[in-house]
Amino acid sequence: MPVHTFCEGGEKMANYVDIIELYRGKKGGIIEAFHALQNEFNYIPEEALGLVAKTFGVSEAEAYGVATFYSYLSVKPRGKYIVRMCESAPCHIAGADQVVKAIESYLGINVGETTADGKFTFELCECIGQCQATPVVTINSEPIFNVSPEQIPEILSACK
Amino acid sequence: MISLTIDGKEVQVPKGTMLLEACRIAGADIPTLCYDPDLKLAGSCRMCVVEAKGRRNLLATCVTPAENGMEIHTESSDVIEARKIILELLLSRHKLECHTCESDGDCKLQDYCYRYGVADSRFDGEGPHFTKPDPNPFIMRDYDKCIMCTRCVRACDEITGALAINIKDRGHHAKISTAFDGNLADSTCVFCGQCIMVCPVGALTSKVSAGKGKPYQTEKVVTTCTYCGTGCTLALNVKGDKVVGVTSVRDIEKSPVNNGALCVKGRFGWDFINSDERLTTPLIRENGELRQASWDEALDYTASRLKGIKEKHGADSIAMFTSARVTNEENYLAQKFTRAVLGTNNVDHCARL
Amino acid sequence: MAQEYRVLLEYADKIDPANAADYIKVGGYKGLEKARGMEPKALIEEVKKSGLRGRGGAGFNAGMKWSFVPQDAPVKYVVCNLDEGEPGTYKDRIICQKNAQALLEGMAICGAAIGSNQGYIYCRGEYPFVVDLLKRAVESAKAEGVLGDFDIEARMGAGAYVCGEETALIESIEGHRGEPRFKPPFPGVEGLWGVPTVVNNVETFACLPYILTRGAEWFAGIGAPKYPGTKIVTLTGDVVNSTWFEVPTDMTLREVIFELGGGVKNGKKFKAVQVGGTSGAFIPEANLDCPIDFDSMGNMGAALGSGAVLVLDETRDIVDVVTRISKFFEHESCGKCNPCREGTFRCREIMEKINNGNGSEKDIDNLQLLSKVMQKAALCGLGQAAPIPIDSTIKHFKHEYSRKLVVTSGKGGH
Repeated sequence: MPVHTFCEGGEKMANYVDIIELYRGKKGGIIEAFHALQNEFNYIPEEALGLVAKTFGVSEAEAYGVATFYSYLSVKPRGKYIVRMCESAPCHIAGADQVVKAIESYLGINVGETTADGKFTFELCECIGQCQATPVVTINSEPIFNVSPEQIPEILSACK
Repeated sequence: MISLTIDGKEVQVPKGTMLLEACRIAGADIPTLCYDPDLKLAGSCRMCVVEAKGRRNLLATCVTPAENGMEIHTESSDVIEARKIILELLLSRHKLECHTCESDGDCKLQDYCYRYGVADSRFDGEGPHFTKPDPNPFIMRDYDKCIMCTRCVRACDEITGALAINIKDRGHHAKISTAFDGNLADSTCVFCGQCIMVCPVGALTSKVSAGKGKPYQTEKVVTTCTYCGTGCTLALNVKGDKVVGVTSVRDIEKSPVNNGALCVKGRFGWDFINSDERLTTPLIRENGELRQASWDEALDYTASRLKGIKEKHGADSIAMFTSARVTNEENYLAQKFTRAVLGTNNVDHCARL
Repeated sequence: MAQEYRVLLEYADKIDPANAADYIKVGGYKGLEKARGMEPKALIEEVKKSGLRGRGGAGFNAGMKWSFVPQDAPVKYVVCNLDEGEPGTYKDRIICQKNAQALLEGMAICGAAIGSNQGYIYCRGEYPFVVDLLKRAVESAKAEGVLGDFDIEARMGAGAYVCGEETALIESIEGHRGEPRFKPPFPGVEGLWGVPTVVNNVETFACLPYILTRGAEWFAGIGAPKYPGTKIVTLTGDVVNSTWFEVPTDMTLREVIFELGGGVKNGKKFKAVQVGGTSGAFIPEANLDCPIDFDSMGNMGAALGSGAVLVLDETRDIVDVVTRISKFFEHESCGKCNPCREGTFRCREIMEKINNGNGSEKDIDNLQLLSKVMQKAALCGLGQAAPIPIDSTIKHFKHEYSRKLVVTSGKGGH
């Protein structure tokens, strides 16, 4: 079987086979392997998921079940920057819905979508444990505190 | 032995006995959806809950070991209320098409709704949205009727070992799915239909039997599968002298070889019985064309040709292959004829494979 | 004036949390040394005597939990629950970021008590930087030689609130979908990879070094007698000081919010507080003089839970907040059991209907009935607790619901 290499906007190239190999033999390491794949590709490519299943000795159906259970894992391609807006109660009362609107309007996409240039994916998420400074947005897991709708253009334009 | 009270009746059971078993010993009829005696326990449908004195929460009997001194009420008002609400929750995600459903009359959801007088669901929001077409010739997957008991997943893993299906996503949006939510034909599914066997509702049914008769309209004739030498027990579903389906016999006494499990041939490969394409007379090939013949003519022709070949090339130039679709007695006669009359030991049978 | 009582966080920002040498300088790893000099039975007795109860929310006596582990099992595990997913909660992150070595020492003490040499920390996927910190902390402790033969591995979750439930957490470490198991068997008998496992919260483990060095009596004497010690609370919402505090467990909610917290923001009046995270009850002003300890909170129909304190001012729309909370549970239900999978979905639907002005009294009745069945029949704590915010607000703030209902009797809608 040919081994494919995935490209991310021509910048990153990596071999999923090598990434998965790092976790071979690690008991219960399937989620760790998924994290490592996502760090490289921002999602779990289908061929990679198949190899993960084989490496950890589980069926593809089970590996797919695991990958679709956790909200941080994705089996669909996503943008280079994953923007997540926390919507849990503390962020909700701090005005998260206004920030959501500002992000949608700036990116021209709705929640759950990816921009046409493949740069941004916008998702909602639940509490990320930074409730001292609500509302909170994360970009590729980096939290940004006390976000107001007005700050959105500045924050997102900094993503190159 | 431990001793406990169930609906006022004192029962004694060995330590380690689950409450479900203890309740059944006490004569209580406990409803279950996810429980299957041949599969690992899930404890997830919560239909089997009962009230135990001194416990704040209801106990799921299928996964709770009986304890000494327990005082159990299997039909208290809280228990009935919980079961009714669970049924209503399931109804609200279940496509109510009982009149055209293949499982009508053999459906646990239907039975329990009847038992508890649940005609409708108070949860009248979004209905089921889970089904997508799966173009395969055998298994109808209608997940708009699925109640997420996961018995199909466990049967696929534990009985057949095909590992074709699992659960995708989570919460209300979780559904039974192959890898990448594709078609069964592209998965590791072997179309044994054990998933149909364990499905308590009409989410998984046989496409081959579709429209040919409801479960209560067919007579179940227990017999042995003729496809191979394993000798699986199955039940021919007969309606008006015609076989319209095959179902499992899930009784280890009656089905000691396979305990209900079948393969794709045994479960779905019965439609040849009434096929229009079946031969009704012998055919003899002449000048490349087949023509009808009488039995006498065909037997004479075969006997003379066999005799001719034996005389010219010797008995060992002949071999007899027989089929599992004929009876054991006929197979015996075939090999006897080959050895005693034709004079060769070249016999074989597809069931040996 | 109510005062903080810092034990776990005494040296916050004064030491490098990852650096074992720093921690040792302020008395660290003395507790483990003492624990290793004790008979396991005596060690468990000491922890029992301290009265330390689980800080994750269930409030089970820690020493008692350990005593269920069969001593003769050849392999046993110590698992730390760092999956804090209760919205409004970040105390475990703070413990790690201020005093990670105390967590490691606590886990090693547990290892000495139950006879385990392998620990796992299950950290939520939202905290990759905490996983990095913990890995450095373990390396530092190993370099100092203080952990002995006790090894600790940090594993990361991937965004599933339900994995805070101990058996779902175990499933997740094993690489499965994070669906809770039925109990019994309890993890103490059959846990991670089928062997006896103790699962405790970060804060529970981090108390242990101090209990060992300063004595069970000392710990038992702090705060509420039946839930002794300190508790780290995290304040969020409409409160002046939106931050964390370590307080004795007999401090009242009013003291936490109005003295340490500085009261309600922007000079507004108090309306309600939700304690223990998003699965907690909403508490009206009249009940604020209740001490925060587990039993006192339980007695008034609330829960201390994780120690999150979400303050709402007089302008807040309770029904809107609870609607959002119901969406959280719909999103986080694992989908294994019927009452939770379908119940959380229907709760969200009905709450939205009411919040949008389309609900009726019948919907309130249906919510209460559904809530009762979920609390009594769901498989795990998630489904049992999910309807509590709805239940408690219908109880204490019914007028806010009534205001939004369509008037069905009389002259029709508004």
